[in-house]
Parts: sequence; structure tokens; C-alpha cells
Amino acid sequence: MIPIVEFDDVSKVFFKGTVPIQALGRLNLSVREGELLAVVGPSGCGKSTLLNMTAGLMKPGTGAIRYKGQAISGANTQVAYVTQKDNLLPWRSVEQNIRLPLEMGPHKRLSEAEKRERVARYIAMVGLKGFEKHYPKELSGGMRKRAQLARSLVYEPDTLLMDEPFGALDAQLKLMLQAELLKTWEGSGKTLIFVTHDLTEAISLADRVIVMSGRPGRIIAIADIRLPRPRDVFHIRFQPEFGDYFEELWAALKQDLASGEAAT
Amino acid sequence: MTIVTDPHPIGADQALDADPAIALRRRENRLVLILQILFAVVSLGLWEWGSGRWFSGFWVSSPSEIVTTLWTMTADGRMVSAVSATVGVALAGFASGTVLGMGLGILLGLNPVVARVLDPYLVGLYSLPRVALVPLFVLWLGIGFEMKVAFTALLVFFPIFMNTLSGIRSVDADLIDVIKVMGASRWNAVAKVFVPSALSWVFAGLRISAPFALIGAVVAEMFSSNRGLGYLISLSASQFDTAGLFATLVVTTMLGLLLDASVVLIGRRLLHWQ
Repeated sequence: MIPIVEFDDVSKVFFKGTVPIQALGRLNLSVREGELLAVVGPSGCGKSTLLNMTAGLMKPGTGAIRYKGQAISGANTQVAYVTQKDNLLPWRSVEQNIRLPLEMGPHKRLSEAEKRERVARYIAMVGLKGFEKHYPKELSGGMRKRAQLARSLVYEPDTLLMDEPFGALDAQLKLMLQAELLKTWEGSGKTLIFVTHDLTEAISLADRVIVMSGRPGRIIAIADIRLPRPRDVFHIRFQPEFGDYFEELWAALKQDLASGEAAT
Repeated sequence: MTIVTDPHPIGADQALDADPAIALRRRENRLVLILQILFAVVSLGLWEWGSGRWFSGFWVSSPSEIVTTLWTMTADGRMVSAVSATVGVALAGFASGTVLGMGLGILLGLNPVVARVLDPYLVGLYSLPRVALVPLFVLWLGIGFEMKVAFTALLVFFPIFMNTLSGIRSVDADLIDVIKVMGASRWNAVAKVFVPSALSWVFAGLRISAPFALIGAVVAEMFSSNRGLGYLISLSASQFDTAGLFATLVVTTMLGLLLDASVVLIGRRLLHWQ
């Protein structure tokens, strides 16, 4: 089977002022279709760069990236990008915000009935029924997050790229939304690449966890998480296997954090 | 573990009404209103009574005289025609200033290089007291409607331009990335995100920018005109008609208040999502 995303010996250098910074160093990675892949690493390790390249918003320096076997040129409209900030348009209601992707690009051609049906379906899926006419200002942080997720799903992309989507939320809300994300994703067949700095979050959600090193970002550990699905994010962390995965991955992460501390 | 349940659930509004803080605030509101009315009565009374006693009525007129003059000026149609002339200039100036300000704001907001090129010139124009340009406008456009509209537009231009620029620049780069992936073209980003964001800032700043329309119209009319409130102000002053001058100032103030009230009302409608 062709991997849905394939990084082939990818490096990337940025300039911070006049100083070149190597964000990624010769990275090789195949993302399997339909998997939930979590990427963990210290800040500045190039996790977001990885997503930006998959989304076609950034070109690799050296090496190649393929999406379903094809080189990516320009924005990759087969994916959805979910950022840490919800970035809803404050002047649009929940319904109008979720409709936004259907007003542009290839989705504009959908029939009005189809658009209305999809918006209603995804509003119901994320549990925002009854809040269609509300404006983002009137919603709680969790509800805004749900609206953002619905906006990303409504145009039915194959792959979801999530960049620390729950990073700014409090612990309880984070758990709630993780549970809802799993419920939405499990059985959907979509590929999900989830970037986080929270190892517990990564293991709770993912089929596979990748640990990246500090700059230049390289993969230093990969673990297949063979915990049964459907998962219960509230209790999964108390399973003994969870502890084993955590120890194993934490060892890799810690080693790098220690050397990173020493370097600065 | 113990689960605590409230034994006396009451409605939130019930609890609110019982709170003495509510009654206290109501009493304070009433007191403020009474004092405001009292302030007007006392100062107008002192003016009326002192005029001709403590200071010459020639220079300060008196409230009763002003009301009489206002009545005659309204009855003979002078005030109505002045108000309509001024409102006409203010509206036309506001409309053209808004179009120019938003147009240039969007252009510069979307093109950082153009913005850098034009920046020193805009700062220069902004620093120049704009009244100093009236003689130039008179030379170019004469003393008619066009000159006054041009001057008003220039005054309105800057606050609108600044708001537009802020609106464009406040758009999160992440959001643009997110919608690019949704398949948005450059035009989609402009039409769906940048322009609405600029509009929301312009609407939010309307209370600051709208008064410039009235200022521009009145100032331009004072310089050179035979119509409008500004013209009536200059004319009355040059004829030592203090009652007429005050009557015109009263009407101008009313017009300003009316403008502010309508802007607040319009703003509330346009920004209902805030």
C-alpha cells in the first residue's frame, strides 16, 4: 500500500535574521493511510514544519514529500489544518463559520441542498446543535474548538493535520475534547497527524507515536501503541501497558531534553 | 465522596432583585440625572440673570434672546437651509473619505512593499495640519460644494484608513494557511476574510471617524461659502450678532449629538456579533 504521506530524506533550513537554523535534518517517515499518528518533541523541533510541508504551505529544502504517491505542489487541499487557535471568523455565526470551506475552492460547486445538509450534519456531529445562530463570542472555549473541528471536517478531507489543537485548554476540557475527537475519528477511516508536546495525550490517542529530537529535528523513537480501541481517554492511562509505553518514550524524550538543556 | 445538592434552588433573577446593591445603583442613577438637570438650570439661570447686569449682553447674549433668534432663524428658513447644506457636505465627504480610506487601507494592508514605499508620505500628510490645505483646495476646486467635500473627505480619510489597515493586519497568518488548505484562492481570502475584517474595524471605529465629517464640513464652510452652518457662524460673528452665533452653535451641537447617536445605533446593528 502506498503511504498517504511520505517524507523522503527531508531537510529544511530557516533564516532567523541572518542566522540559518536547521529545523529538520534528513527526516524519513511514512504515514499509513487511516492511522492516527502523534508527533511529540520539544518546542522548535520542527513538528509544525512537518505539518506545514504536508499541507503544501512550505516546500522541503532538500529531499521530497509525496502525498498519495504524488509530489505536493501548492496548498494540499486534500487535508484540513487544525491550529491551536480556533481562528473562527468573529462576524460569522457558528453555521456560517462551518460553511466557510464550502464557499470556496472546489467545494463551491456543491449544490445548495448538499451544503446545507453537510453543515447540519457536522454541527450535529460535534454536538453544537441549537447553537447554529450563535456568534463565536457567545461560545465557550470548548464549543469554539468543536466549531473549528466541524469547519475542518465539513469539506471531507482525507487527512487531518492537528497542531497542538488542545494546547491552550485546561486539563478537564482537554480530556473531554480528546474523547470527542476519538469518537469522531474512530471508524472514519481518515488519517490524522496530531502534533503535541504532551506525551500522555499522544499515547492516549495514537496508533503510533513518533518522538522527535530538538534542532535539527530528527526522529529518535517510534512506538506502535497497541492499546485496544475504542479507547476511553479518561481511564486508558491507568492501564499497565500505558505505563510501559510512557517509560519507553519518555526515556527517549528525556535524553534529548537533557542534551538540549546542556547545549543552551 | 459526598455529592452536594442545593436545598433551595432559586432563579438567578430573584436573587439579583433582593440584593441591596441593585437599589443602591438605581438611587445613584436617579441622583446623577437630577444633578445634571440642576446644572443646566443653574448655569442657564445665571447666564440669563447676569446678562446685562454683570456682563454686557452685547458680548454674551442671553438664553432667552438665543431662543428667540433660533426661532426666527428657523421660521425664515435660514437654519433649515444651513443644516441641509452642511449635512450634504458632511455625508458626501464622509462617503468619499470612507471609500478612499478603505481602498488605500486594503491596498497597503495587502501589499507590505507598497505600504513601506508610501509610509513616509502618509506620515507627512498626517502630520500636516489639514486646515492648511484649504487654500490649496480653494485654488483647485473653487469655493463650491466640491472643495468642501474634498476637505471633509481628507479629514475622514485618516481614521478610516488606519482602521482598515489595522483590520487587515489583525488577520492571523494561521487562518490564511487554514483557508488555503480549504482551497481558498487569493481572491477568496480577500473577499471572505481581509475585507470583512477591515469592515469590522471601520465599523468599530465609526464613532471616532464620523465626527470628522461634521468638523470638515463646518470648517470648510467657515473659510469660504455662502451656505451652511459654518457660513452662519462666520457671518454672525462678523456682524457682532452673538445671539445668532450662539443659536447656530446650539444647532451645530445638536447635529453633532444626533450624528453620534445615529452612529452608535448603526454601529450596534452592524456589530451585532460583538
